[in-house]
Amino acid sequence: MNGIHDLGGMHGFGGVEHDPREPLFHADWERTVLAVQLTALGQRLYNLDELRHSIERMSPDEYLNATYYERWLAAIDRLLIEKGVIDAAELERRAAAFQDDPQAFPTPPSATPGETEFVHPALDRRRGHPFRREASAPPRFAIGDTVLTKHWQPAGHTRLARYVRGKRGRVHRHQGCFVFPDANAHGRGEEPDHVYNVRFEAEELWGESAAHRDAVYVDLWESYIEPAAAG
Amino acid sequence: MGKNHPNVEEYVVSRVRALESLLLEKGVLAPGAVDQLVSRYENDTGPMVGARAVAKAWTDPDYKRLLLDDSAAALAQFDLKYDLLVVVENTDDVHNLVVCTLCSCYPWPVLGLPPSWYKSPAYRARSVIEPRALLREFGLEIPEQREVRVWDSSAELRYMVLPQRPAGTEHLTEEALLPLITRDALVGVAPVKAPATVG
Repeated sequence: MNGIHDLGGMHGFGGVEHDPREPLFHADWERTVLAVQLTALGQRLYNLDELRHSIERMSPDEYLNATYYERWLAAIDRLLIEKGVIDAAELERRAAAFQDDPQAFPTPPSATPGETEFVHPALDRRRGHPFRREASAPPRFAIGDTVLTKHWQPAGHTRLARYVRGKRGRVHRHQGCFVFPDANAHGRGEEPDHVYNVRFEAEELWGESAAHRDAVYVDLWESYIEPAAAG
Repeated sequence: MGKNHPNVEEYVVSRVRALESLLLEKGVLAPGAVDQLVSRYENDTGPMVGARAVAKAWTDPDYKRLLLDDSAAALAQFDLKYDLLVVVENTDDVHNLVVCTLCSCYPWPVLGLPPSWYKSPAYRARSVIEPRALLREFGLEIPEQREVRVWDSSAELRYMVLPQRPAGTEHLTEEALLPLITRDALVGVAPVKAPATVG
């Protein structure tokens, strides 16, 4: 979708605030959100592509006003409600109750549960590889091939950013076969496909103002690209 | 989030408490799981494995080749089973910079949790269109003849920069090099600096 999340190449955000002494978490609730996120992904209440798409579905003003963990919270709430894990009205009621009284619902004591195996989606091997799949067809493109990215505007989830649509690039590397996010984010199954790392010259992406030597490398699924004549 | 609430932080805290208590009741979240899960990231802070791999690569040419060609095998030497990392090497001719323009993908298993600046709209927007101006703000001036390569992490592959070993560190061991290697250098927004000479 052509959402606010697709930020590559936008102007107007000002400088990057770089604080070398930044704490790992800015508030205790951020730790809870991280743990809920890892737990929900680990228990497969939703997948990573659904999570990304849930964040993308925030309204642009909400998205930009939210911090990273606030965006996560909004996305988690939405997904758990959509999946029927929690009830929207119950969540609202409980949040209001907590606002009136922080002890409204007592938290069970911290027992000592078994060691949690799950640490990160990319390291989770309980059911085979989390993202890589066997290819059902040979790769259509070879290293060095010139390709043209599709110029399309899918309304759903995609990992083809706007700034690389309709652009000519060169295949730099074949990354293997991976779960296809455009399908997996929408409950359409995994539809695994080849992924290529494609080099785009800065001038192709941004025109004459770009430094002529520079380049951007982007990972693209096979269905995002078409063969093109070398230009 | 919470834009219609006078106290945004209080509102968010209540919402998180509500979510946590519901998930505890439903048995999704185990009591104590928050501390248990998060402590892994708190205690293993900073670019631990990434920095160790770079220090080793600087002192062992065979390992450097392995890290660049088969990162999974290279990381396995540090007991990390991670096969989605691509390591890109900085040279006199090329400077590499890592970003995720669409969300905030970051190589957690080797660098830990991402810093706020990496997740900021400004960094995500500008890195691909004006990397040189961005790097200048980080204090890094890239000479015109040096190519800048920006790696936009748009799939499940993750990128880490192999920075240049600073001049004047030829006598240093792998262990002595390790503390010089910062997270920022492994993302590509800072060089690795030789330790200040004493006296």
